[in-house]
Amino acid sequence: MTSSPIIRLDRLEKTYDLGAIQVHALRGVTLDIESGSYVAIMGPSGSGKSTMLNVLGCLDRPSGGRYYLGGEDVSQMDDDQLSAVRGKRLGFIFQSYNLIEQLTVIENIHVPLFYQGRDLSECHDHCVKLAELVGLGHRLDHRPKELSGGQQQRVAIARSLANEPLMILADEPTGNLDSTTGTEILNLLDDLNSHGTTIILVTHGEEVAARAHRVLHMKDGLIDREVPQRTLLRVVAELEGNSAAEAPVS
Amino acid sequence: MIQPRAILRAFQLGIKSLMLHKLRSALTMLGIIFGVCSVIAMLAIGEGASYEAQKAIKKLGSNNIIIRSVKPAEENVVRSSGRSYVVEYGLTYGDAGRLQTTTPGIQHVLPMRIIRESVRFNRFSVPSQVIGTHPIYPEITGMELVRGRFITRNDEINTDNVCAMTVGLQSRLFPCQDPLEEEVRVGMDYYRVVGLVREKSSVEKRPQGSAGSEGQPVDSNLYIPLSSARRRFGETLFRRSAGSFEAERVQLHQITVQMKDSAAVERAVPEIEAMLRHFHTKKDYEVVVPLQLLRQAEQTKRIFNIVLGSIAAISLLVGGIGIMNIMLATVTERTREIGIRRALGARKRDIITQFLVETAVLSLGGGIIGVVVGVLVPMVVSHFAAMKTIITASSLMLSFGISGAVGIVFGLYPASRAASLSPIEALRHE
Repeated sequence: MTSSPIIRLDRLEKTYDLGAIQVHALRGVTLDIESGSYVAIMGPSGSGKSTMLNVLGCLDRPSGGRYYLGGEDVSQMDDDQLSAVRGKRLGFIFQSYNLIEQLTVIENIHVPLFYQGRDLSECHDHCVKLAELVGLGHRLDHRPKELSGGQQQRVAIARSLANEPLMILADEPTGNLDSTTGTEILNLLDDLNSHGTTIILVTHGEEVAARAHRVLHMKDGLIDREVPQRTLLRVVAELEGNSAAEAPVS
Repeated sequence: MIQPRAILRAFQLGIKSLMLHKLRSALTMLGIIFGVCSVIAMLAIGEGASYEAQKAIKKLGSNNIIIRSVKPAEENVVRSSGRSYVVEYGLTYGDAGRLQTTTPGIQHVLPMRIIRESVRFNRFSVPSQVIGTHPIYPEITGMELVRGRFITRNDEINTDNVCAMTVGLQSRLFPCQDPLEEEVRVGMDYYRVVGLVREKSSVEKRPQGSAGSEGQPVDSNLYIPLSSARRRFGETLFRRSAGSFEAERVQLHQITVQMKDSAAVERAVPEIEAMLRHFHTKKDYEVVVPLQLLRQAEQTKRIFNIVLGSIAAISLLVGGIGIMNIMLATVTERTREIGIRRALGARKRDIITQFLVETAVLSLGGGIIGVVVGVLVPMVVSHFAAMKTIITASSLMLSFGISGAVGIVFGLYPASRAASLSPIEALRHE
């Protein structure tokens, strides 16, 4: 973990102006995340973790402070520039998969490339490779409705990788899945991370967070504490009756 | 910035999402289809109708002025008593002479006497119009000589009993015989047939004052020299109608004045009217100017086109509102998709393009189908209703252009609304 930080937040603030009251969702977060790391963000609802993810994902602009993504200041960019950053540098995985219903598996994987101006014909092989990577090489022409939840989330993961992003932002990726399928998805993410993909994950589940290298706890718009990995492992071990706790962490 | 390839991709995307809801897309298109189709069909039918009218007027000759005898209105009241009496009215030989000498730019004056009488030959008797006129008649009315000759100046001077008949009359009177040099009977006199003619149009020879109920075919005409007509028939014509018996004294039924050109027509009309007013105590004549009729017909056509056009334009507008309505619903329905696309790198512009292309495909597709249907409808109408229709290129362009514009204008609002959604809001939308 000696590589330069791909994310640097400098006193990042986000304030929502709701007319009568102002909600301070982020109150000056300062944080570095290195390339290749696996970071989980936890915290109660209203702690600002969703806002954090939106800002990190360039879906929202901070009201104050600086956000450097891959060395570039994205906090002052306009809408089109942010779209370009999302399209080129970020991959998203959502709780509810968010595939486009009318498109097939392969077409869904292709969408981020479509907005880079690349036709499906010229990057078809790339998309097929990604589908195979997530184990859906035989389902290319299926539509999301014909797939199970776990399969849909795999498509979403393949899609998030299509543009070869700097990092993947995952918002409760296992929230809608049963535990077995969830574990499969998490294994897939572990696998990607072990091959060098940076992953930032928002979750409520201690188990899910336990797979991360760093776990950031948020409270009232600030990073409250960074839980050392060992502590979390112990918690999980206690919860699970101290059996398979060490297995996921390599 | 905008490459052809990008446009092509946008169209592929648009068509794809429209194909998802085939029925909805088809129904949305219907509005535009009907709009475009009605614009074209209405304008074609309007154009055809006015063309027919204008053709009829043109046949009268745009350099001609037609003056007809009209039975004055007040005489009709007396007739209701059922007594027999003589009505005297109409144009006179004096009028014809004065027209010839006083009207500037005049070329010919063609007086006519029109007598409704049966023409007989052997056992055949055909109700006809016997027209006493001058030898120049064919030149002015554009009549075509089929065989033999028309009446001549000599016939006129000698008041000969010669006649030329129309092919219509000939076919009834001489179904299987050559009429030339035969003698036909009209009233008590016999006339030698010297020629066979074909009418260009028979509009001008329907006598106005004596609109009887005989209902004879209009192309059954017999032409005799005016002098002969005056001598054989006299000035007083008797007519029986519905139990009453009446006599009319009319010298000339119609005078056709041929002018040098259309400018001369314009100048002469007020002068002719002033002269006639001076010599006639009652309004027993009417002046018909084909040129003015033509202008009026054109004016009427213009108004007609505006009315039809605006009705059709309103239906296009309604079609456009239909498109907007559906697109707004579609935007709401696909809010989440918009959010996903935005998160995956789509710019606002991309979203606007996507929805605009969909409306453009709807409206242009509807426009094309509408043009096809709009061309077919007038064809069907003219086939079954025997109505002439004329499809003009400008009506095609107009309706297609309007439909395209309507689609884009009404698509712009839903599209910009779709793009203005914040990606986060859109993603959260259920």
